[in-house]
Amino acid sequence: MGPASMKTAEPEMEKTFTVSIFTEDRVGMLNRVTIIFTRRHLNIASITASESEVPGVFRYTIVLNATRGQVDKVVGQLERLVDVLKAFVHEEEDVVHQEIALYKVRTGALLNGEVERVIRGNHARVLSVDPEFLVIEKTGHVQETQQLFEQLKPFGILEFARSGRVAVTKPMKELSTYLKELEAKEQPATDNWQLTTDN
Amino acid sequence: MNDMKTMNCTGAQAVIRALLAENVTTIFGYPGGAIMPIYDALYDHRDALNHVLVRHEQGAIHAAQGYARATGGTGVVFATSGPGATNLITGLADAQIDSTPLVCITGQVASALLGTDAFQETDVMGISMPVTKWNVQVTRAEEIPAALAKAFHIARTGRPGPVLVDITKDAQFGALDFAYEPCVRIRSYHPKPELPLAALQEAARLLDGASKPFMVIGQGVLLAHAEEELLRFAEKTGIPVASTLLGLGAFPCDHPLYVGFVGMHGDYAPNIKTNECDVLLAVGMRFDDRVTGDVSRYAKQAKVVHIDIDAAEIGKIITPHVPVHADAKDALRELTTLVQARRHPDWLREFQEAKRVEVETLAENAMPAEELKMDEVVQLLSARTRGEALVVTDVGQHQMVAARHYRYRKTRSNITSGGLGTMGFALPAAIGAKLAAPEKTVVAVIGDGGFQMTLQELGTIMQSKVAVKVLILNNRFLGMVRQWQQLFFEKRYSFTEMVSPDFVALAKAYGIEANRVEAKDGLDEGLSRMLAHEGPYLLEVMVAKEENVFPMIPTGASVSEIRLA
Ligand SMILES: Cc1ncc(C[n+]2csc(CCOP(=O)(O)OP(=O)(O)O)c2C)c(N)n1
Ligand SMILES: [Mg+2]
Repeated sequence: MGPASMKTAEPEMEKTFTVSIFTEDRVGMLNRVTIIFTRRHLNIASITASESEVPGVFRYTIVLNATRGQVDKVVGQLERLVDVLKAFVHEEEDVVHQEIALYKVRTGALLNGEVERVIRGNHARVLSVDPEFLVIEKTGHVQETQQLFEQLKPFGILEFARSGRVAVTKPMKELSTYLKELEAKEQPATDNWQLTTDN
Repeated sequence: MNDMKTMNCTGAQAVIRALLAENVTTIFGYPGGAIMPIYDALYDHRDALNHVLVRHEQGAIHAAQGYARATGGTGVVFATSGPGATNLITGLADAQIDSTPLVCITGQVASALLGTDAFQETDVMGISMPVTKWNVQVTRAEEIPAALAKAFHIARTGRPGPVLVDITKDAQFGALDFAYEPCVRIRSYHPKPELPLAALQEAARLLDGASKPFMVIGQGVLLAHAEEELLRFAEKTGIPVASTLLGLGAFPCDHPLYVGFVGMHGDYAPNIKTNECDVLLAVGMRFDDRVTGDVSRYAKQAKVVHIDIDAAEIGKIITPHVPVHADAKDALRELTTLVQARRHPDWLREFQEAKRVEVETLAENAMPAEELKMDEVVQLLSARTRGEALVVTDVGQHQMVAARHYRYRKTRSNITSGGLGTMGFALPAAIGAKLAAPEKTVVAVIGDGGFQMTLQELGTIMQSKVAVKVLILNNRFLGMVRQWQQLFFEKRYSFTEMVSPDFVALAKAYGIEANRVEAKDGLDEGLSRMLAHEGPYLLEVMVAKEENVFPMIPTGASVSEIRLA
């Protein structure tokens, strides 16, 4: 936080934000992260978790609709968690992101040339073929996976699953650089506490 | 610490050794099945570690809070699994919101039984997560030293808070090679921010140009041990100083620059001047709604400088013009060198004038003179102790009256449950405070309602011979709620009238000297006897039943709409 004036009119409009949270790999971390959102009555639209490019550091990618003010406060609370290394908030244009969707349809539907056309038209692919069903895979933004869903619907979708968003950010600074900065941060020679009596 | 390195130490012994390595001398606790190995290990060290056996785990944690707040050290609690641990939850929430450093050690069922609904198994990690600064479950003996080292480091550094370490029974029984390394750094945790020099320069520039600068200080000053720096800064700049409830005592109440206590039942002058100042300097406080009233009409005319060690507090409620993410001690020291020496006599006179209005208006509306009033009791207590006692208050009218009328002259002389407003806090907290500061006169000021929430701790006072003075202001009502019913619910006194036992007889049943004051003429003698008594003492003072606490900022009103009647 710089010395520059923080007093800006808070835009109250809701937008889609991607929050990337980097944490130590600890039991219960997901719970710690999510209660920050639930306590403020913010609904998480999607969440994914995986190990990041740095071994032992986990990355949570959370998508939510909220106001800028709400998200900034949440990020403050997240960074306050002892085991959170860093949290970032991004607007849609700052991230490259994808979701993956799987569609299970009857193999018989393939006999209809229309399904194949839909698959090709959506740049999807057939992931596996069974005598009874086939699984179609589509990677893309939610609008794209949804569009395929709508187009396959007339042929009967037996099962459908869509992942949460995975995202990388556009700025070039690497996580390892942040980590090095964090580790280099001077630690106080003595902690800010003294005891006035015995304990 | 090589001498401590031994083979075949049990997990339970490791807990005790870690506490000794952290220079812990006092533990508040209550035993049970899942923590028995630790209690057994404690038995060999009962001379070095003074374990105070409480009567309820809530009593243990509030006592530890009182202990921590009286010293600035870390309070330590032992409790067993299941109900022992769940009884800590109120205290954890209280310590979390009031930033009190605690290390709570709970026993847990054996790791193989976790998640099986075993006897006295509760998901303590899950339950305590939202009300702790950090928590950890230890299932292997060899993890105990590092877990406790980390726990102490996290509890007391940065913005302090409660930490819970849940240790399974098999970890307590397990063996390890004990070696204790105090924790000094955690990669993901940076408790001490770097001093933001540019922000401080900007703050100094604002303050130098201000004609009506005003400072509101909070508990952050105490937590940072910044009382000296605050005094020097205030005396150089001549800025009037007001305090939040938890900041009381950080700046002497009898100092000419001290202008009172802010908030819902605070003083008139600092509340109305909040909306007249041109620069508001907030130090180690968090703009609680009880302080701000209607936020949208709080200090709108002022340029706000907010100093806080917790980045998440800056901009949470009030967006400052100058955010200063810093330790209060460092920030005030630096700021003192940057600002010009100034005086603001006319501005200070405005506070004195407002104070006169408050005193006169309150006197005009005072209740009939025959009845004993809470403020008379507190004023006399303040005079008889020369503002030097450590006053622990419970929650309600008596709490607000004590905050307004006790003239705190010493640091760490005010301990109260602020953020959570936990009735039942004062009696156990006073026990902890007295054990931490035996040289001080410790007076617990409690209502008839709150006393009955934790009165079982009279047993602790008896057994551990804790020389606290318990002053019950008995209005035969849950007074604060009754006041709201009178003012905002058409006097419909829905379940606020309270019938109580004979508190004096009750105290005597515990072997505690006790007395009752029923009228004005007995007050001085009653208080003097209480204060002169060597050991613990309970004094019940019968006060007016339907007295109201004024000034008051009604919910939703702005600080400038504070009511005097
Ligand atoms: C544990 C808890 N329950 C309920 C309340 C709500 N409450 C706030 S003040 C108050 C009345 C306190 O009565 P008493 O202790 O007699 O003090 P008085 O206000 O009469 O001085 C109540 C019930 C609370 N703060 N804490
Ligand atoms: Mg009462």
